[in-house]
Amino acid sequence: MSTVTYAGTPVEVDSEGFLEDPAQWNEEIAAQIAAENGVGELNERHWMVVNYMRESFLENGEAPSIRTLGKASGVQIKELYELFPKGPAKLAAKVAGIPKPRGCI
Amino acid sequence: MTQTMEQTETPTRSHEPIEKVSIVISKGSLEGIYPGLIMANGARMEGIEANVFFTFFGLDAITRGKQAKVKVATVGNPGLHMPTLAGAIPGVSALVTKKFASEMEKIDIPPIPEFIEMISDSGGALYGCQATVDMFGLDLEDFVPQVDEVITVGEFYEKSAGGQIIFT
Repeated sequence: MSTVTYAGTPVEVDSEGFLEDPAQWNEEIAAQIAAENGVGELNERHWMVVNYMRESFLENGEAPSIRTLGKASGVQIKELYELFPKGPAKLAAKVAGIPKPRGCI
Repeated sequence: MTQTMEQTETPTRSHEPIEKVSIVISKGSLEGIYPGLIMANGARMEGIEANVFFTFFGLDAITRGKQAKVKVATVGNPGLHMPTLAGAIPGVSALVTKKFASEMEKIDIPPIPEFIEMISDSGGALYGCQATVDMFGLDLEDFVPQVDEVITVGEFYEKSAGGQIIFT
């Protein structure tokens, strides 16, 4: 665990850069994580995924699978990969300030 | 002694992240098909490029009318710990398959047709094996639309260049 400063706020992150405490998250932090992880500037579609990811985690205590993400976030799988080419579930979770999804699907 | 150790020491290898995998699915049973699909989808989830090459009975996973009928092999499958003769009773394979399907659904693993679509939508490339297609008298039309091409083994190696090949 280490501390990094995002958007002027010091936050705790794990070895892969995922926020340790989702409560430390805010939208400016999200934007900076996105920029640093090759996602670029967040548009409305990115936000749909990120918000769904975050709400789902806060509600269920775990991140949704890519299958669920494709069915329920309002953004289908093809577009998920266009928005987050290096792995939608993993990157959206990182931007959403929640732990790395551990599912195989 | 120290000198000998130094001489025989293997050079340090850098652990570069995997960037590309080409997965061969060669079996037509449920337990023969799923591992390759899960690995292909998992690769895409990590941003790893993925090719899937279906050969022999593995082609059932992408064949119209057959992909939804794939079953668990209940005969000659010691992993199930079921007497061979029990596994041979009509309906047992269908029953075991149904049980597997409901367990998989619980952990969000999709049925084969949906899984094939998912992998294709996520940018994974799907190929049929030319030799098997010739042997079974099939053509591209017999496959679901997500299949990119029917290719020879030589073309498979070309497409696999620069990545890892996984045979299942």
